[in-house]
Amino acid sequence: MHLATKDLLRLATIGSVDDGKSTLIGRILVDTRQLFDDQLDAVAEASEKRGVGDLDLSFVTDGLRAEREQGITIDVAYRYASSPTRKFIIADCPGHVQYTANMATGASTADLALVVLDVASGLKEQTRRHLCIAALLGVRSIIVAVNKMDAVDWSKLAFDRVVDEIQALARDLDFTSASIIPVSALLGDNVVESSSHFPWYDGPTVLEALESSEAGTWEHTTTRGARLPIQWVLRQPGGGRTYAGMVNGDTFHVGDRVTLLPANIETTITAMNFGGEEITDATVGLAADVALAHETNAGRGDLIATAPLPSVVNELKTTICWFGVKPLVIGQRLKMKHTSKVTPVRVKTINGVIDIEKLDIDESTSLNTNDIGLATLQTADLLVVDDYRANRVTGSFVLIDEATNATVAAGMVGHASFL
Amino acid sequence: MTTTPLRTSTTTDHLDLLESHAIFILREVVAECERPVLLFSGGKDSAVLLHLAVKAFAPQQLPFPVMHVDTGQNFPEVIDFRDTTVERVGARLVVAKVQDTIDQGKVQDPGAMGSRNRLQTVTLLDALNDNNFDAAFGGARRDEDKARAKERILSFRDTFGQWDPRKQRPELWQIYQGKVNPGESVRAFPLSDWTELDVWQYIEREQMALPEIYFAHDRDVVMRDGMYLAIGSFVEPRSDETVERLSVRFRTVGDANCTGAVISHAATLEAIINEVALANVSERGATRADDKFSETAMEDRKREGYF
Repeated sequence: MHLATKDLLRLATIGSVDDGKSTLIGRILVDTRQLFDDQLDAVAEASEKRGVGDLDLSFVTDGLRAEREQGITIDVAYRYASSPTRKFIIADCPGHVQYTANMATGASTADLALVVLDVASGLKEQTRRHLCIAALLGVRSIIVAVNKMDAVDWSKLAFDRVVDEIQALARDLDFTSASIIPVSALLGDNVVESSSHFPWYDGPTVLEALESSEAGTWEHTTTRGARLPIQWVLRQPGGGRTYAGMVNGDTFHVGDRVTLLPANIETTITAMNFGGEEITDATVGLAADVALAHETNAGRGDLIATAPLPSVVNELKTTICWFGVKPLVIGQRLKMKHTSKVTPVRVKTINGVIDIEKLDIDESTSLNTNDIGLATLQTADLLVVDDYRANRVTGSFVLIDEATNATVAAGMVGHASFL
Repeated sequence: MTTTPLRTSTTTDHLDLLESHAIFILREVVAECERPVLLFSGGKDSAVLLHLAVKAFAPQQLPFPVMHVDTGQNFPEVIDFRDTTVERVGARLVVAKVQDTIDQGKVQDPGAMGSRNRLQTVTLLDALNDNNFDAAFGGARRDEDKARAKERILSFRDTFGQWDPRKQRPELWQIYQGKVNPGESVRAFPLSDWTELDVWQYIEREQMALPEIYFAHDRDVVMRDGMYLAIGSFVEPRSDETVERLSVRFRTVGDANCTGAVISHAATLEAIINEVALANVSERGATRADDKFSETAMEDRKREGYF
């Protein structure tokens, strides 16, 4: 048997609670035979014990005791599936508003969002919130499973009504592709197997849509120069140093003219290694280390870049998803982790909060838990940043509570175009 | 000086991406935490983890020690492998012995044949404390178990070493935030997104050495609780059990008295990869008695501070 080289597609399920995200993922894994016999037996046993039928597919991913007791998803479950040419990393995200931070965790690395909604209720506020967060996080492509079609007698009318709503929102949020598929996750129609219940539908099943989606967009959404945030300095035998980090944005080559930032020193890459072996070029996603022609005192938190260069700033306009228990207010001090750099920051201004329904900015001088808003931050140290739309690595950061060290916000440099 | 071009300069396959991601995590934790340690059992996952750690910091020495929580009920082949591997990479080995925890009276001695699996947690937490380790790398993968599937790559632990699945830190993008207050710690799982098959394909690609017991060999076994256990120092046949000599291998490596063997003729990496690709039963389901006690056995142990 030959196991082919595979690409990697990361997807996140999003949508409101009880619309069937976990059941859909369970259905995909069961119908593609990605589950082992003992795992399936365990799901059946747990279903019986809790009196929820022969096989509650949501138990495939809802693995925590509290989740099974309450019948909800609390935190992201990561599941893995593979086809002959593709490995899938599936983040099954929670739907409750109180677990928005966990949903954002799952969606932040996704190439694609698999949106699940109940045909009878259409786009709920929480589904809109999730779609908005996914769009802000840079997900460009969505597959929408319009679920529970069995409960509306497979009605085309019911489906079409939801389709119009989704298409309007997908346009507003600038998604580049949106496949909308009528399904029953419970019964399996149009998930892996196509269904005779939809004579009026000739599009792909969910699995077909997943297999034909573009992989690796997480790494490749960037359109500008190559970047290497320095994580660690390696001493080479004979006295030289190399700078280790993960490449993003574009490929580095030996001989490239590069700039070390924020020091703004122009130099050349003289050699590169991976795992102690020399290489000639380093592609996006590679954890490489590079040697520079000039002696520098570069270290962790500095960045090596090719043109067009990122900006060096100590004040930046950002989009913030606030997860803290107490509101974020003007003047508040926090720590920021941006690439490999940690620096103190202060909230200079809060420029409004996003109205999820209207996709407008409402005036506000604070952000409550799970609000998404716009804020200007001042940083103690110079930061080297790109706009998030151009580079997800150099354009993203988290905010950290100084006392507890908890991660209290996800932030993006700049504002989404739809705001 | 020779130049080795990368395997593929324009395309990277899933193993390349997993490998670099793991190296990135290793470097990030070492940079952010004061005293990291790598948990090394001699099993295939921790062998891959150690291999990646060596790559992450080459040509320098590993910037952290390696620790084995020794239940005293190991397969001898695995201890040999542990010692030769640690010596080859030049790491410092810390051995934390469950026997010491028993001798100190902190846990009950389960007897010569009893399982020490659960007692390991106490030994692990004591050793992390005694050495002031604030970050511990582990080879756990999310495909192993439904509780592991829920855990962050950097898993925050309180001063008791406990995991609280309801209070996990948001972990966005590839920003790994390992800041902790004194007494608290993180567990870091660089292989989180790897599957069993990924691990084996990587071992083959890198031509890594492993303990012999992973490969098919003839061995005396008894069937107990639905698993084949190897007859040896920690397992004696009971009066109602029949000893059989079968061609077996181990899919995981744990304690000799609770790790089951699987019937197999796969004696090469290629044969193992084919076998794993076609398996009907999960790795832990096939081989671990310790996971069969209850629906949430792994979650419960993790809450207590298990690996």
